[in-house]
Amino acid sequence: MRRLLSHPSLAIGLIATLAFALLGLLSLVWTPFPITEIDIGRRFLGPTAAHWLGTDNLGRDMVSLLMSGTLTSFTVALLAVAIGVGIGVPLGLAAVAWGGWVEWLVLRLSDFVFAFPAVIVAILITTLVGPGAVNAIVAIGIFNIPVFARVARGGALSIATLDFVAAAQLAGLGNARIALRHLLPNIMSLIIVQGTIQMSLGILSEAGLSYIGLGTQPPETSLGLMLRDAQSLFLLHPLLTIIPGLCIVAIVIALNIAGDGLRDAIDPRLRQGNRNVLA
Amino acid sequence: MSLLEVKDLVVRFGDAVAVDGISLTLQPGERLGIIGESGSGKTLTALAITDLLPEGASRSGTILLDGAPMPTSERAMARLRGQRIGMVFQEPMTALNPLMRINDQIAEAIELNSQHVSAQLDTPQLLTEVGLEQKHGDRYAHQLSGGQRQRAMIAMALASQPDLLIADEPTSALDLITQRLVLALIADICARRRMALLFISHDLKAVAQVCTRVAVMHSGRIVETGSVEQVLRAPQQDYTRRLVSASRFAPAATELRPLGETLLQVKGVTRDYHRRNALFWPIAPLRPVNDVSLSIASGEVVALVGPSGCGKTTLAKVIVGLDSASAGSIAFAGQSYRGRDLPKALRRDISLVFQDPFSSFDPRMSIGASLSEPLHLEPALDRALTPARLAEAVSAVGLDPAMLDRYPHEFSGGQRQRLAIARALVTRPRLLVLDEPVSALDVSVRGEVLELLARLQAQFGLTYLIISHDLDMVAAMADRVLVMEAGRIVEQGRPGEIFAHPLHRLTQELVAARLPELDAPSDPDATPAG
Repeated sequence: MRRLLSHPSLAIGLIATLAFALLGLLSLVWTPFPITEIDIGRRFLGPTAAHWLGTDNLGRDMVSLLMSGTLTSFTVALLAVAIGVGIGVPLGLAAVAWGGWVEWLVLRLSDFVFAFPAVIVAILITTLVGPGAVNAIVAIGIFNIPVFARVARGGALSIATLDFVAAAQLAGLGNARIALRHLLPNIMSLIIVQGTIQMSLGILSEAGLSYIGLGTQPPETSLGLMLRDAQSLFLLHPLLTIIPGLCIVAIVIALNIAGDGLRDAIDPRLRQGNRNVLA
Repeated sequence: MSLLEVKDLVVRFGDAVAVDGISLTLQPGERLGIIGESGSGKTLTALAITDLLPEGASRSGTILLDGAPMPTSERAMARLRGQRIGMVFQEPMTALNPLMRINDQIAEAIELNSQHVSAQLDTPQLLTEVGLEQKHGDRYAHQLSGGQRQRAMIAMALASQPDLLIADEPTSALDLITQRLVLALIADICARRRMALLFISHDLKAVAQVCTRVAVMHSGRIVETGSVEQVLRAPQQDYTRRLVSASRFAPAATELRPLGETLLQVKGVTRDYHRRNALFWPIAPLRPVNDVSLSIASGEVVALVGPSGCGKTTLAKVIVGLDSASAGSIAFAGQSYRGRDLPKALRRDISLVFQDPFSSFDPRMSIGASLSEPLHLEPALDRALTPARLAEAVSAVGLDPAMLDRYPHEFSGGQRQRLAIARALVTRPRLLVLDEPVSALDVSVRGEVLELLARLQAQFGLTYLIISHDLDMVAAMADRVLVMEAGRIVEQGRPGEIFAHPLHRLTQELVAARLPELDAPSDPDATPAG
């Protein structure tokens, strides 16, 4: 852990990410004002002592909305990453451990999924079951599956050529056991790094899907939904757009810095210094 | 005035001192060898001289070239490296640009040096000088063999007509025959051009072959220095003495071991790799193993020797059940199999020891967990007995069972190879297949590991199939030698006879490529016939 925190970019990124996550979690138990409290009489207030960042077109407190929106964005991105890791990593490991037609199938399936952008998948799901935050989770999650399948396969391929995997085969271990005991632990660092990158992409995708009305629906809120509500008022009340926009940017930057730092800190290929750049 | 003078060179990584105040001088045209084990600081010394130290390393001390200090600016240093110092690295595949033809890479090296006062060389001339044909210049690095790549590297290093050539383990990635030729080439070129050579190696015989003077490095210090004869024939320091004695192998016991009945019989095994061309049309298969038959009696030590790529490792994989034969079959203790279908009950009787002790253990798993894996092959074994079996195997290789809780990175290469042998012994096998068991180890620990193998063989009545390209090691260990070339066994016999009177061309080449023993009188200026 001390080795991890000796990378300044990692420390900054992780602390910033955690701060946003805590802010979001706090909204579960406390927000300055309830986000469902509509008060038309107090709409479009600028920053005041009571409303630090003002109020929106329905008189709701912007700080409360941001906290709740951040939570939604994080939850959607995290669950989408969980779907990707939960399905993609086993697929990638299976492709390496069994090879042959299993590998062919996994690769063609991921090509197939890659061919559909998350937006198209989200539209498809929306037409089938109606809009909602769950749609965004599933759509982004499906898009994450081939990403993790490929990362897992790529990492596992290079591990599988090492002698200790052959030793495990000689010891009579089955493919599944080899994948779990030997391949998975050795690619965890790659998956964690990819996970942070997919988190930040997920937050962007969630914002995009909510913005076009395919994600989170009112009265729930998310950063993308706040942007959508504010866009028609941009020239009159720019703060309503700028605040959630900056918030998205800050979260994505924090996650990216954390991801870069994690890669520097735990990716064994970089840790060897410049000895092995081609390997 | 000396060409290169290094005084009190210290290289540090943070607090760790890697090179600890070494001083050396190199006269024009002199050939100096630096000998040391891995981690002794010999490569860092060379990198410090050329100012190419890896990030995080700091250097102090003085380095003078022709009496002048090395320039401090990176630009001037780069020019100096280009014009005065040529470098040849260990792994030519990664040192050559994979996207450029050899000719272009050599031409680039010449171009960079176009300000040089002396007459310019051209590419064909350089190719000829390093013994390559003109057609090789039109190829890419991956189209050349290891030896040809190393020759191309040497041609690039020579392009600037340097006064000093630094060669860092230039032959340790090459097989025996190529190694001999490349060593001869380096010695020959240095003599012809009156070029100074800094030759870094762990192989005493290679150093004796090309160098006139030698410096022995141990944990960052030079422990002994002097002429090759003086240091290698009559070493003064304990450490040098140990190195020299470790590079000699005691000849094998002359009496024949009592042999049991046939344990392993390989009958006409062929392994094909099917290939397709760019249009997915099947083309002639790659056949690394071609109709090989051999038999090994129980208690026998059989060695399989051959140049790299001759199919010996593929054959071993089929025998231990990691790969399947395309044709033919194998019988182990009367049970027939083709490779992967090796019955589980038999798997515990055949073990494999891998070449590279650094990749044969899972870095995320304790040694104990890795060692207990093969015990899955004994379903009848009571789990409570596992620790006792592990302790037995670890003690057999001369290590402390308390080490089982540690992780692979805490062990040295020699210790890891002992542990790899322990893992192979844990199921109490009858046949041990050893794939180059000592070639990845430092010279000083090779002897220990071979002694251990010989002791275990006598103690447990094991049968060995040793795969190697090192004839000296084979002569010391084996009862019988099989020589393999291009997938076929071309000659076999007792090591003493086969190496004294080789019949097949390949065996003759292998025997001729053996570097002379250190105590044999040799003329350092003579270039061996290549």
